Amino acid sequence: MKRESAADKVFIFFNTLFIIFLIAIVIYPLLYIVSASISNPTLVNSGEMWLFPKDITFEGFERVFQNADIWNGYKNTIIYTISGVLVHLFILLPCAYATSRKDIPFKKGIMWFFLFTMFFNGGLIPTYLLIKDLGMINTTWAMILPNALGVWSIIVARAFFQQNVPNELVEAAEMDGATDFYIFFKLVLPLSTPIIAVMALFHGVGLWNQYFNALMYLNDSSMYPLQLVLREILILNEMSVDMMMSGQNLESFAEQARIADIIKYAVMIVSALPLLIVYPFLQKYFVKGVLVGSIKE
Amino acid sequence: MATKAGTEIETIVSVKPSAKVWKKMKKKWRLYAMMVPAIVFFAIFNYYPMYGVIIAFKEYSASAGILGSPWVGFDHFERFFNAYYFWDILSNTLLISAYQLAMFPVPIIVALSMNEIKSSMFKRFTQTITYAPHFISVVVMTGMLVAFLSPSTGIVNNFLGLFGMEPIAFLAEPGWFKTIFVQSGVWQNLGWSAIIYLAALAGVNPELHEAATVDGATRFQRILHINIPAVLPVIVILLILEVGNLMAIAFEKVYLLQNPLNMEASDVIQTFVYRSGLLEGQYSFSAAVGLFNSLISLTLLVTVNYIAKKTTNNSLW
Repeated sequence: MKRESAADKVFIFFNTLFIIFLIAIVIYPLLYIVSASISNPTLVNSGEMWLFPKDITFEGFERVFQNADIWNGYKNTIIYTISGVLVHLFILLPCAYATSRKDIPFKKGIMWFFLFTMFFNGGLIPTYLLIKDLGMINTTWAMILPNALGVWSIIVARAFFQQNVPNELVEAAEMDGATDFYIFFKLVLPLSTPIIAVMALFHGVGLWNQYFNALMYLNDSSMYPLQLVLREILILNEMSVDMMMSGQNLESFAEQARIADIIKYAVMIVSALPLLIVYPFLQKYFVKGVLVGSIKE
Repeated sequence: MATKAGTEIETIVSVKPSAKVWKKMKKKWRLYAMMVPAIVFFAIFNYYPMYGVIIAFKEYSASAGILGSPWVGFDHFERFFNAYYFWDILSNTLLISAYQLAMFPVPIIVALSMNEIKSSMFKRFTQTITYAPHFISVVVMTGMLVAFLSPSTGIVNNFLGLFGMEPIAFLAEPGWFKTIFVQSGVWQNLGWSAIIYLAALAGVNPELHEAATVDGATRFQRILHINIPAVLPVIVILLILEVGNLMAIAFEKVYLLQNPLNMEASDVIQTFVYRSGLLEGQYSFSAAVGLFNSLISLTLLVTVNYIAKKTTNNSLW
């Protein structure tokens, strides 16, 4: 490539500036949280700590780790995430493989049966009543089943099978008398670890981060996932404290407010960190998931 | 085996294709069996609620059940359309969507810009950093907003204070709600949503760029005349989806950011459904409101897809 012209140099300069601006915007709030979580909360609240930790203290993390609700929430979230991913894969993979095979009567009709759910749904209330009538309120099932499968996942996994399972392989196995179950479990699945990883990751992140199903279907606080525990600490307390600032009854809230202040940033880190640490290593899988899904759109 | 009887049978079979299909289905029964869990799942968790939505035309009571509850026709819809808050929540829903739509070009610009980074290491670094916020949960995101925007202790107000500005109670002021909601979403997804455009850009034939460079085109001109046309089909498809999803706001985040003080700007159809349905127990009424929302969504998607098909040849189906 020949040397850049003057106009291109100017362009590259401003483009680099823009990228640096983007990185700064994205990274600053994240760094701030990390620094705030180990700084003296008084300095954080007054604005003296604005980038690097000041007057380092680990009281926030100590209190977080002493908090039984958070531990319990963690435990619940891990249970819901792992079992939810397993159920997801169990329903998804056989179906995605079967619909990826050519020459199956009524396949198109079955695909439309799935696709239609993208365009129309019964909505929140009928779904809630269903879960209630099934007796799933306050059970682990309510966390795992209602969103166990979406059409998007079928489209993605199906596209993967279509592109990556050689037809000759399946035909040769059929010639040898292998059943479709055998072909799926012994030949197709071992070829499909990338898509299994992608689907498990996407669904797992969704389960880890979800709070709304728990809000609707759980009222026993010992079953709360981490996200609902966080909501109480980060949002409900904080908002009520802010509203109390103007009004009466300040003292009863003072102690609560102090503790909430100390732990809030530590709590954010404790909940988001596992994903943020793991994600860069799995980035290529996530990107792959987005792209395979978009081909068939 | 081509006996006379054999050909006769084949003729009969071809006259009655159902027998042939049936035979094929019997041979492939295992493949159908593999679809069963998913079919059962969709039947229960997607189709049954579609049936359940008929309570929107009934006065549902748990003891009578969906079938046993008495019909009331369009009463719930009328009540909703005539309610004093109807226009407020409808306009909040649409305004937030329109605001989001206005931010649609952001990831495109980000992708076009990232595509110009020459060092592949710097490019990967930029991607890793900008994708990261996508993985932050709604609860933590809202927690961050509450913390950063607090009038007494938040970094934003501390910063404004440096310029002698009075603290602003961002989350208590209706005027700020939509900006906070939409822009925090932009922050979370500006990198992630760029992935798909970056992939389209990676597919641009480098010879086009070489030829244009020989003709004296600058980088900026090449972006305008080569890169943007290359991602245009992707843009159209995503725009269809975006418009089709106008009514589907991330209400889980709206709900968390909501408080009594910003309610007039923050109440959208879905949060209203949740509140009046699950918190106040008006199942039939809020099912009607939810159905209204789903029907508008469906109409929008079909219409936009139709227009796109007619005008650009890009469509979802």
